[in-house]
Amino acid sequence: MTYSLLIPILMTIVGAATPILLAALGELVVEKSGVLNLGVEGMMLIGAVTGFAVTATTGSAPLGVIAAMIASAASAGLFGFLTLTLTANQVATGLALTIFGIGLSALAGEGYVGQTVDVFGSVFPASLSEHPTLRVIFGYSPLVYLSLALVAAVGWFLSRTRAGLILRAVGESDLSAHSIGYSVIGVRYMAVLFGGAMAGIAGCFYSLVLTPMWAEQLTAGRGWIALALVVFAGWRPVRLLLGAYLFGAVMTLELHAKAAGFSLVAPEFLAAMPYLATIAVLAAISARKTGMSLAPACLGKPFKPSS
Amino acid sequence: MFIELEKRKEPSKAMLYLTPVLAVVATMVAGAIIFTLIGHDGLGAVRKIFLDPLLDTYKWQDLGVKAAPLILIGVGLAIGFKANVWNIGAEGQYVMGGLAGTGVALATWGMTGWWILPLMCIAGVAGGAAYAGIPAFLKTRFNVNEILSSLMLTYVAIQVLYYLMRGPWKDPDGFNFPQTRLFTDDQILPTVLTNTVVHLGVPLAFVVAIAAWFVMTRSVFGFQIRVVGAAPAAARYGGFNSKKTIWAALLAGGGLAGFAGILEAAGPFGQMVPQFPTGYGFTAIIVAFLGRLHPIGIVLAGIILAVTYVGGELAQSSIGLPGAATGVFQAMMLFFLLATDVLVKYRIKLASPAKAGDVA
Repeated sequence: MTYSLLIPILMTIVGAATPILLAALGELVVEKSGVLNLGVEGMMLIGAVTGFAVTATTGSAPLGVIAAMIASAASAGLFGFLTLTLTANQVATGLALTIFGIGLSALAGEGYVGQTVDVFGSVFPASLSEHPTLRVIFGYSPLVYLSLALVAAVGWFLSRTRAGLILRAVGESDLSAHSIGYSVIGVRYMAVLFGGAMAGIAGCFYSLVLTPMWAEQLTAGRGWIALALVVFAGWRPVRLLLGAYLFGAVMTLELHAKAAGFSLVAPEFLAAMPYLATIAVLAAISARKTGMSLAPACLGKPFKPSS
Repeated sequence: MFIELEKRKEPSKAMLYLTPVLAVVATMVAGAIIFTLIGHDGLGAVRKIFLDPLLDTYKWQDLGVKAAPLILIGVGLAIGFKANVWNIGAEGQYVMGGLAGTGVALATWGMTGWWILPLMCIAGVAGGAAYAGIPAFLKTRFNVNEILSSLMLTYVAIQVLYYLMRGPWKDPDGFNFPQTRLFTDDQILPTVLTNTVVHLGVPLAFVVAIAAWFVMTRSVFGFQIRVVGAAPAAARYGGFNSKKTIWAALLAGGGLAGFAGILEAAGPFGQMVPQFPTGYGFTAIIVAFLGRLHPIGIVLAGIILAVTYVGGELAQSSIGLPGAATGVFQAMMLFFLLATDVLVKYRIKLASPAKAGDVA
């Protein structure tokens, strides 16, 4: 492989990995608190369309990202109200959120199909961000650096802070956490809202950085891959980072093989690769005895204090 | 104002049947308000989507045709959901069933005989069931979460469809369009009512729902499914094999989705095209829940969702409501159902803030 090809390939991997990393990091925190939100794909789409619409209207990408975080967090709040306050089934509600997100984003985005915005590109000077070699470090959207900082922050929060300890306690043993006076529902609401905001940034990454435009179902199932990634990582942030970049590499393989006119296998097979790889990885992880036992003990179970 | 939930001693039967109706009514009210707020004719949209398809007798045949696949897939999914097996890849199983049946159609192209159509149907059921067998195998052998595996396989199935349409199965006389030959007369479902589009698959869907009702309420299999879902520990104690239940639930769901697939291919489509996946597999999830996982309820829910499809098209052509609005209405229905679900298990009381401090 020639050197000139290596830089763009590395950069594509980062681009493909970042949105699933962001979404998965949010879901990891949600699941650590004991809640399973299957609505990631729907929240990402709501974020993607909101981010695009606000950026197209105001011309400010950062404003678009903030709006996307708010919109996706609001949709997560709806999920929280149903599952936490009204104790609805988390699996069914998460599915409903995804179906809702697909429909709502298509509806809201109708007027924006075909429009373009400026890529939310690097904030570094062009001498760095467009340097033939150094752009592999400086040539990304600020969201990429944000995602890496957030991995560190979430890792630190969960393992080193008191609040993180409480969040994990709520996810591992809700009744004990409740009996020593912590608000299980309150903690879970915060986690669910955080997960929503993260999915919002992830969605924006597609509509403001990668494409950058709006199209129906722009995220093409990547939200589900993010969910699988959390299982793959065994609910640990650093392994999430490794996993996301691994998936990014698989997806990049597809893109570059297609671009190079690689004709040994059908392009449809390459397009199916990320999903097949996800299944294979899930099988390998789940088969191990310790695989699913890493999951937070209260994952997916509704909590209702018997008051 | 604080809401306080008080657990009922027993789930309310009345609420169980009343809440789906409540959810539909709430969707109509909320839909009218929301669509007015975002600048559409909200009331008009609700009337077009929910009432006009029912008032226009000419549209009833379309309702039947749209409801049939939803009912078939919904009945199959409900069996799984009852056993806590979350097959959400019905869309992929529907595609695979359609493809398997299409394979038979292409292999028998030019032949005649009454046996061709039944063979296509058998292939469709087998194709869907086999495809659902993959998550069943992964779940029972490797403990892979079936939600994720069945959904991933949906994306794979769509790529398989694209591949076959673009390459091996493309109509050789089709001007290079990515679609198969048109099915022949012996490969097309006959219509059961003259001068309508109502094909044989419509009564078949109702028959399957009634059959499923008997199986679920009268057979050991149905009892096992219900016990495993409601009380896994008791089921193990009673000697029910949970692996067998997972297989049965997924094969039933996949088989019926595959059946719906071939009925669509041999019915309304009359050939296989890349536009074949229309989202029935996902909408059927809403149908299953709105129907309370009960075959007869699912028939009613299937008709209601068919109303929204037909009404959505009406609203699109007559008052210019965007097509995506239909999906929003359908998802809202599921949200409202899940929200009102709380009424089945709990009594809602309005409490004073002081009393409800730690609950909220």
